[in-house]
Amino acid sequence: MLHNSKRDKVLDIVNFLLLALIALTMLFPFYYMFVVSFATYDDFVKSEILLWPKTWVLDAYQYIIGSKEFVRSVGVTIYVTVVGTVVSLLLTAMMAYALSRKILGQKVFMFMVLFTFVFSAGMIPSYMIVQATGLMDSLWALIIPGAISSFNMIVMKEFFANVPYDLTEAAIIDGANDLHIFARIILPLSKPALAAFGLFYAVGLWNSYFTSLLYLNNPAKWTVQVILRQMIILNQGSLVDAGAQAGFTNPPPAETIGMAAVLVATIPILIVYPFLQKHFAKGVMLGSVKE
Amino acid sequence: MSVVKPMDSKTLANRPLRPKASKGKNGLLKRMWTERYLYLLLLPGLAFFIIYRYVPMAGNIIAFQDYSPFQGFLHSDWVGLKHFKTIFEDREVVRVLWNTLYLSFLQILFAFPVSIILALMLNEVRSSLYKRVIQSIVYLPHFLSWVIIIGISTVLLKSNGIINKLLGAVFHMQPIAFLQDPHWFMPLVVLEVIWKESGWGTIIFLAALSGINPSLYEAAAVDGASRLRQIWHITLPALKSTIFILLILRLGSVLDVGFEQIYLMLTPFTMEVGNVLDTFVYFKGIQDSDFSFATAVGLFKSVVGLILIVGANRLSKRFGGGGIY
Repeated sequence: MLHNSKRDKVLDIVNFLLLALIALTMLFPFYYMFVVSFATYDDFVKSEILLWPKTWVLDAYQYIIGSKEFVRSVGVTIYVTVVGTVVSLLLTAMMAYALSRKILGQKVFMFMVLFTFVFSAGMIPSYMIVQATGLMDSLWALIIPGAISSFNMIVMKEFFANVPYDLTEAAIIDGANDLHIFARIILPLSKPALAAFGLFYAVGLWNSYFTSLLYLNNPAKWTVQVILRQMIILNQGSLVDAGAQAGFTNPPPAETIGMAAVLVATIPILIVYPFLQKHFAKGVMLGSVKE
Repeated sequence: MSVVKPMDSKTLANRPLRPKASKGKNGLLKRMWTERYLYLLLLPGLAFFIIYRYVPMAGNIIAFQDYSPFQGFLHSDWVGLKHFKTIFEDREVVRVLWNTLYLSFLQILFAFPVSIILALMLNEVRSSLYKRVIQSIVYLPHFLSWVIIIGISTVLLKSNGIINKLLGAVFHMQPIAFLQDPHWFMPLVVLEVIWKESGWGTIIFLAALSGINPSLYEAAAVDGASRLRQIWHITLPALKSTIFILLILRLGSVLDVGFEQIYLMLTPFTMEVGNVLDTFVYFKGIQDSDFSFATAVGLFKSVVGLILIVGANRLSKRFGGGGIY
């Protein structure tokens, strides 16, 4: 017994330390990005390994805030995220509510949705339908073609299906129709669930890169992710517009500008993360339940 | 595994739709009429699925044509299976197919077990505060975009980046061209996937672990079993069916290795080792406008995926694993 408990103690300590190490590995890129974005030119270029800048400066942030290109892309992304989340939530909730009831053909409609899990149309035909429906080069191309996630719709349908119907009884006796019940009783009742789904949609829209790449040719409509890629990964002298360079004789190094931009694009995610975390474990588990 | 309570009869799902539907054709119409507002709610979603999910499926017919945008679906020439034959004859496609399978294999071999091990480690943590802190940290990268993750890796891994400086300072190594060297492409892809998704992947295992009856551990402890033995004989067996089901799902999507990540990491230097089916379809179809051939490759991928997932599910049921649908 004694022997065992001693070994168990060692196991506990090793486990504790290993997890701490893993967490540090996960955090280091964030930390590094943060530090670099505040570093001076000298600190970043000359220092061997930059872990703590000698002087903290806001140059990189001043630079990106002065850049029309960057500020515009953030504005576009906020717009797409807000409008897209509302559209997605509304369409998903409407469909989920209808399918949570035993309407005629419910099984067929459910099959239609489930089938998209195992068979997808492919990139080219999907691209062509976006073209055919006139969404090319429109911000709606980032919103409409992915408006309903089959997964979210099914989880939400399960949620509605488990609402006790006593709650609707009074309204029905008053002669309310299904639209009324949906809008006045079901939706207000489901606010916390809707908030959770909304957050997931919002994060997806904020992060969307591929759809911008495919459907938007006009640089004025590019989302922040596209601009970030230009800046950091392609290392193309992006963000060299006059506004950005105003007041700089020597612009800050590309890396510090890039990391400042990444940080700005990450902040919204960090803000909603605590709320997301409260919900996602539940959502993921619901998804593991068989239909 | 089920966490949803069995539906009790007083839920909306079971609420009778008002007037009892009578039989016959008239009855059907009548029933649809009483449900008209529900159909109204269904309509936009249904239209979405038809237009953006099912019409494109039908659009795959251009894989059997030499499609030209000017002639449209109706007037383009039919070429039968020409493009599908090319798939197996074209050396580039064969290489791309090989890259895809190889990457999938690496991910299953290296990335998949990390989540299991991490979940086991989290499960052993005694302090619930420490556990929560670690969980919050390891779940976070899942919510970052690939652009951000590859952007940060680019800065870290550049020839004058911090990793190379560190290797130089500690081991006196010459800078490694991580981002251009073809040998580093696949390892980096897998490492990035591990960094981004392994924490998130623990959730499903932790859920399975929370269902273990604590009295099993108590009984084992009384019998003198060490913690390692308890993990081996109680914890791991409890994960068996979850691991099995996830593995089946993973096999079903063996040709899916993530478009965004690969696309963002590809450079002219790494195109040969890194180009996978999805990126190939993009380059061929969207950039070179070879619509029919790219569609054929995409359709091939979708059909193989469908066969794999149905087949794996059958197998799993036969071996008593319980399918995924």
